[in-house]
Amino acid sequence: MLLRHTTSEIKERTALTVNPAKTCQPIGAMYAALGIHGCMPHSHGSQGCYAYHRSALTRHYKEPVIAATSAFTEGASVFGGQANLLQAIDNIFNVYNPEVIAVHTTCLSETIGDDIPQIVNKAVAEGKVPAGKHVIHANTPSYVGSHVTGFAGMTKAMVDYFAETGGPRSKTINLIPGFVEPSDMAEMRRMTAEMGLETIIFPDTSGVLNGPMTGKYRMYPPGGVTVEALRRTGCSQGTVALGRLASGDAARALDVKCKVPCQILDLPIGLAATDRFVDTLHRMAGVGVADSLTFERGQMVDIIADMHQYFYGKRVGLVGDPDQLLALTQFLVSLDMAPVYLVTGSPAGKKYEKRLRAAVEGVPQEVKIKVGGDMYLFHQWIKQAPVDLVIGNSYVKYIARDEDIPYVRHGFPILDRVGHSYFPTVGYRGGMRLLEKILDALLDRKDRDATDIGFELVM
Amino acid sequence: MASIPILKEREKQIHRKGAQPFSLTCGQHSLAGVVSQRACVFCGSRVVLYPIADALHLIHGPVGCAAYTWDIRGALSSGPELHRLSFTTDLREKDVIFGGEKKLQRALTELIDAYQPRAAFVYSTCIVGIIGDDVAAVCRQVAREKGIPVLPVHSEGFKGTKKDGYKAACEALFQLVGQGQVDRIDPCSINILGEFNIGGEAWIIKSYYEKMGVAVVATMTGDGRVDAIRRSHGAALNVVQCSGAMTTLAEMMQERYGIPYIRASYFGLEDTSKALYDVAAHFAGNPEIMTRTQSLVREEISAITPELQQIKAAVSGKRAAIYVGGAFKAFSLIKALRYLGMDVVLVGSQTGNDADYQTLREMCDDGTIILDDANPLELSKYIIEKGADLFIGGVKERPIAYKMGIGFCDHNHERKIPLAGYEGMLHFAREVYRSVTSPVWRFAPTRAAAAKEVSP
Ligand code: SF4
Ligand code: SF4
Repeated sequence: MLLRHTTSEIKERTALTVNPAKTCQPIGAMYAALGIHGCMPHSHGSQGCYAYHRSALTRHYKEPVIAATSAFTEGASVFGGQANLLQAIDNIFNVYNPEVIAVHTTCLSETIGDDIPQIVNKAVAEGKVPAGKHVIHANTPSYVGSHVTGFAGMTKAMVDYFAETGGPRSKTINLIPGFVEPSDMAEMRRMTAEMGLETIIFPDTSGVLNGPMTGKYRMYPPGGVTVEALRRTGCSQGTVALGRLASGDAARALDVKCKVPCQILDLPIGLAATDRFVDTLHRMAGVGVADSLTFERGQMVDIIADMHQYFYGKRVGLVGDPDQLLALTQFLVSLDMAPVYLVTGSPAGKKYEKRLRAAVEGVPQEVKIKVGGDMYLFHQWIKQAPVDLVIGNSYVKYIARDEDIPYVRHGFPILDRVGHSYFPTVGYRGGMRLLEKILDALLDRKDRDATDIGFELVM
Repeated sequence: MASIPILKEREKQIHRKGAQPFSLTCGQHSLAGVVSQRACVFCGSRVVLYPIADALHLIHGPVGCAAYTWDIRGALSSGPELHRLSFTTDLREKDVIFGGEKKLQRALTELIDAYQPRAAFVYSTCIVGIIGDDVAAVCRQVAREKGIPVLPVHSEGFKGTKKDGYKAACEALFQLVGQGQVDRIDPCSINILGEFNIGGEAWIIKSYYEKMGVAVVATMTGDGRVDAIRRSHGAALNVVQCSGAMTTLAEMMQERYGIPYIRASYFGLEDTSKALYDVAAHFAGNPEIMTRTQSLVREEISAITPELQQIKAAVSGKRAAIYVGGAFKAFSLIKALRYLGMDVVLVGSQTGNDADYQTLREMCDDGTIILDDANPLELSKYIIEKGADLFIGGVKERPIAYKMGIGFCDHNHERKIPLAGYEGMLHFAREVYRSVTSPVWRFAPTRAAAAKEVSP
């Protein structure tokens, strides 16, 4: 009973977050920046935040995660971090030779009010940025937003700094994948390739944070979207953005800046959402749906038919990032399951909450939703009325264990399992994998709890 | 071997033994723009105080600082588990503008009412330092109202390095020391300092002392309890593990309460035995303790020697690279690896001082690379150059080792098995063996290529 201090009686808390279901902006910005080829994420603040962000990403992706820091000391915290950032830019280009430095702020540098664009301009004027190299930035104070907004901010910065108009409209489609695993980004690329589309995916961490063992340590693995491709996003014929919170800002910015029309969809988790994704690609690019995808879709429907009898009415508790939470909820409802507790830590807004409510409208049970909640509350709800399954990141394992509930890991961070960065959960194939995981969790429990008489070979 | 550019300022932090006269710069702030492996003051305080299981740990700051330190170390408790929850004031924009004192006070009150902890630690993070909340005043007020110690930990991240965090933690602990009753404490008693009970290490060490006939008043802070710390000034001796974390507290206790301290390392056969003998020697007035210690050491070593010898035969001659937080740990690791017949080809630390590096240099063979505050590029360059078979480091180093196709052993946060004491040495040897001799490295491209070259 690791969380034995959790009580079922819920008292209003006014000043306190217990067991947070979110983390801070810079880590999202850092993750997004790693999806640019040859990019050094740079944390403008003191060393601790950055060390934590790197460790957390390393634990989740099991890959070397690079980033640099302005290494604030007391002096910088009082007099401003300009000198640190100038020196940092100089050092980074000299020593680590990246194509891009992607600067994000921390709570500290935000509060003392460092003006990053002004400092970067100064660095350029002083010749600290070599020709053909770039410094971009996003503001990521964590006392507003969460890791999701940090991701969104840095993704938008890619548009703000690089997207160009002027060239002829190309057939290319921009694809903004959302705060998902590298494996998900790779799967999206595979699906678009199956349809014969030329896409620019940004950010793209596949191959960077799920790369092969090469025998060498490389600071800049071959993956990631190039600056040149980011420039061309302004001339694409359209943008598909997946996940409103993580990708919406960049998509809208591209529309405003370069008049590239965008479609903002939910993450393609589950059958219907993947259908919408494929259909949008098909309409936007004017290409037919690939036979291979139609085939996979058929397989997924087949699997659902084989499995549906086990899903009916199962009560599920979900905690996660807003985009994932919404997509998963819609998927579960479509399987006749009952997502009854929905918690996201990220402040996601009233509109979002409304959509989440709409997703569970038909669920014939009482559904509790908290946007801007924490895991403690989630646990308390479960204590009041149990569920059959919980889905969430690795921290949910405490609750799953204490309450003895089947558990499927999904989201960020996953610290105690390997594979999530290599196998997708988006698209039809990802959906099949997700279905398998959910059913395994439910039936493993059934096996475990069965009496000798009830223990069945064929289930 | 392609050379990598090294910052001019960093040249003095890298030393190749035998090549130059020795002078290694250390204790420096990391340079801006460097991919350093170091952390902050808060991190230092948090890891030290974290294992006190019946205290409340409230992180006053924005959510990240708390989220990242939520149960990241396997510091085990034999009783309460309050330390494993994550409490934060989760400061929002409005708090940053108008100050977070009220919020802190409400949070503390709510938490103390709910959990009835024996004491509360309130960690100040960077932003709290900047907005100027008077955390100490809030703590005093709540302590008065609730009747328990509420201790501010001045751990604003930018105010130095992890080491300064250790100091801040010691200062907070020192406020507890001396508050409890010391009657009925055995005259042959010690406190264990700087032990965090990762994987149950404190339990192992404690059991040795108990077998020796030495009573343990407090383990600070592994499996820690507030009440034990409050009466820790009744112990006759402080035994401080490693160089870094808790020396300050030992010094403060020496000054105020006249308790002497000795340093110890419980890693490896040699150092563990030395630690136990040193403690026994301290209680020379009770010669039975020494006798019992001798037989304990004998028994423990003979129990594990056969397996260690088998492992030694398998790993002997393999090369190891070490990159750890404290230099003291590196000393013990070098000895332990040598015991297994392995060569140490690179050793570095995040926080070593002049004397530490001097010692390291004396211990190392010619050609060994010695590094202070290294970055991944440097580490990988030297590891490949030196043909290391094993990398010993922390969380950020593991995937680097794996990318290069060499074995890894975690000697920092991530591990869940105890490496302390005799039992721990056996765990360590097994882990080294498992990692270094794993068939998986045969698939590593560089190894595969090298193997092809050799075989006809
Ligand atoms: S904000 Fe300060 S205290 Fe918190 S992690 Fe960053 S450096 Fe450390
Ligand atoms: S100070 Fe802000 S940026 Fe740094 S770890 Fe804490 S929440 Fe994150």
